[in-house]
Amino acid sequence: METKETTANIQKPEKLVITSSPHVHNTESVTKIMWIVNLTLLPAAIFSVINFGLPALITMLLCIAGSAACEAAIQYWRKVKVTVSDGSAVLTGLLLAMCLPAGIAWYVPVIASVAAIGIAKHTMGGLGHNVFNPAHIGRAFVMASYPVAMTTWAVSRIGNSADFAGAMGKVADFDVVTGATPLGILKQQGYQALVDSFGGQSAMYKALFIGNTGGSLGETSAILLILGGLVLVIKKYIKWQVPVVMIGTVALFTWIFGGKVDGKLVYFTGDPVLHILSGGLIIGAFFMATDMVTTPLTTQGQVLFAFGCGLITVLIRLYGGYPEGVCYSILLMNALTPLIDRYIFPKKFGSLPEPVTRS
Amino acid sequence: MLRRIKGGVHPHDEKKSTDDKKIAVLPLPKKLFVPVHQHIGQPSVPVVKAGDEVKKGQLIAESADGRGTPVHSPTSGKVTEIGNYPHPLYGKSPCVVIESDGLDQWQEGLLTDRSWEVLSAAEMIDIIFKNGIVGMGGAAFPTHIKLSPPKDKKIDTLIVNAAECEPYLTSDYRTMIEYADDVIKGTQIVMKILGVQKGFIGIENNKPKAISLMKEKCKGKKIEVVELETKYPQGAEKMMIKAILDKEVPSGKLPMDVGCAVQNVGSLKAVADAVEKNIPLIERVVTVTGRTVKNPVNVMAKVGTPFTELFDFCGGFRGANGKIIMGGPMMGMAQVSLDAVVVKATSGIVSIADNEVDLKEELACIRCGRCIDVCTMRLLPNVLSILSEKGQHQTAQTDYNLMDCVECGCCYYVCPSRRNIVHYIRQSKAKNAMLRNAIKTGSK
Ligand code: SF4
Ligand code: SF4
Repeated sequence: METKETTANIQKPEKLVITSSPHVHNTESVTKIMWIVNLTLLPAAIFSVINFGLPALITMLLCIAGSAACEAAIQYWRKVKVTVSDGSAVLTGLLLAMCLPAGIAWYVPVIASVAAIGIAKHTMGGLGHNVFNPAHIGRAFVMASYPVAMTTWAVSRIGNSADFAGAMGKVADFDVVTGATPLGILKQQGYQALVDSFGGQSAMYKALFIGNTGGSLGETSAILLILGGLVLVIKKYIKWQVPVVMIGTVALFTWIFGGKVDGKLVYFTGDPVLHILSGGLIIGAFFMATDMVTTPLTTQGQVLFAFGCGLITVLIRLYGGYPEGVCYSILLMNALTPLIDRYIFPKKFGSLPEPVTRS
Repeated sequence: MLRRIKGGVHPHDEKKSTDDKKIAVLPLPKKLFVPVHQHIGQPSVPVVKAGDEVKKGQLIAESADGRGTPVHSPTSGKVTEIGNYPHPLYGKSPCVVIESDGLDQWQEGLLTDRSWEVLSAAEMIDIIFKNGIVGMGGAAFPTHIKLSPPKDKKIDTLIVNAAECEPYLTSDYRTMIEYADDVIKGTQIVMKILGVQKGFIGIENNKPKAISLMKEKCKGKKIEVVELETKYPQGAEKMMIKAILDKEVPSGKLPMDVGCAVQNVGSLKAVADAVEKNIPLIERVVTVTGRTVKNPVNVMAKVGTPFTELFDFCGGFRGANGKIIMGGPMMGMAQVSLDAVVVKATSGIVSIADNEVDLKEELACIRCGRCIDVCTMRLLPNVLSILSEKGQHQTAQTDYNLMDCVECGCCYYVCPSRRNIVHYIRQSKAKNAMLRNAIKTGSK
């Protein structure tokens, strides 16, 4: 390139980057978002290790390692860039582990991870293209394949020994005491039996809130999950409307339709608090129904999605064969997401009727 | 009352380094490379030849079809050549090269001293045309055309766009502070030309000094100063109208379709200078800034001044440069070299440091919806980018409102997958334009 004679004698840059505008970015990235979501799950994950001991840790590590390894293997085989470091496979593994019971046979988490990453994510084309939430596909897959193992729930150690120190002391312990989950008891033996098993209603709420109950890894510590979820809301990684609508829907309908007296339905006698705090609703509402890839694009669409999730959850819990239902409700709504996106989108600028002219 | 828009983003405004700096005057450069293509439309044609002596303000290029704007000599000296030199927007483009004689002498009999109040609208439009005034916010649309709307469009409001929502730029701000009277006068002139009774000046609320100064100057006139929320792209024409009048310009239409005209601050000062003193548009305020610029400045630079001169005036660079941008970082044009020159549309020159340049790999859309939330035109940017990627440019236009995109860049700004959506959109628009042309020529 010819240069011009000018009086200026500054050093010209040797090379300049040419791209089209814009030239600045808000520095958010997929990798950053994924790792931060991982971090917000960490407190609940640590709690589950205290609560269920070493078996929980092993389940978790198997899921994470399984997911990451599966992603790496597939990408290596497809000769595309290996993107394990973006944290999305780790997140899938972690969320998957949160849906499994502690101490389940080692091959179950491994198979679930392969189903999650291999089937749900990479057969669809990888991150961004999957229709279904990978972690929930993994869980549904092993739920169908190993129904007994998947419903043999570890019982909370804190709950049993009634103290943290005791549970901490036993963290390295391999034994798993199994038992039913609160919603399992509710389904099979009824509400009164459930309350009795905790020794009173307020004791039950407290146990559920803090996490002193049996269940999957991520079902138990509502408070830590909510705190993690709040961080995501504050960081604007998720929209508050989604968890609020989903949890609200479940609460409303279980309150209206969830109460039975002598085996007969009596309206407005259900126990919404029980339903909110158990069966993985919190983790589902904050971490799964807010998954960016598999939920609608617009806020209105997401609200509809969350409402659908809540509704289906209640239908399954009250009338279906499974005690919980968050997993299937989210998967079903995932399938409806393209449809929602087709009908709910913003009206373009300038298409609104002209407002009354101000004078 | 603070006026807000929906959507948009809050980039770091970076205006601190220049917003308190008085507009400096650049020492006269030895050579000026005045492009003859300085407005949207057909380039003008040079009316001088190598060897001619020119005076400051003398006509050097004229519009061939009468729709474009003329170009004037920014200083006195000798035309050494008419040749192709780097233009900040159009690659290499014909320039009149003028070697300055160091005297900076006005053409004799050019300057006048008249009052706008005695001139008629038609006279003033002619003056504006003859003095080569264009939209100085970046679009460079000929002002005389903007001020001559078709008879059937009734315009009742003038909006002065003083938002300056692009990060880094402070040229409009400084113009308001230092030439407040001229800006107001320009506003009154344009209001008279258009025959409108109501004028608004929209200023973002991160410029409180400009707001209070303008409020004071507007007292007793039919001009109202409106405080706008600081948000990009508040200065986009359609957003401005939405925020101030709560009217949405229909898709594919112009501000005049809602009875509105929008003028940039810089252009209004130029209008005032032209109408009262007959000064053609030969110089403008340019913000030269960026992390690698030693002493960022606002400077009154002559059209045709090479960027090198400006950076030299700033004391050169510190650290390695990544990009040089003409205009702001959201919509500006990355420059191939520092040889490009100041044109009428150069509101600023921004350097982006080597380590600020973000060339992260683009990933697949993860459907996060952020781009939709920020798109002020309420489009589906992610869908547009995917359609463009797949080559379905027609679908993008017919089903997803491709042509409504104003290329503001908010969608890219927030995309965690770093998808350069705007680039995809431009590609689709270009492909469709090519197709249209092909059909047109094919059917002839
Ligand atoms: S799609 Fe166009 S109008 Fe919408 S945010 Fe992106 S660049 Fe701006
Ligand atoms: S911001 Fe980027 S990743 Fe998110 S929906 Fe838009 S294009 Fe997709």
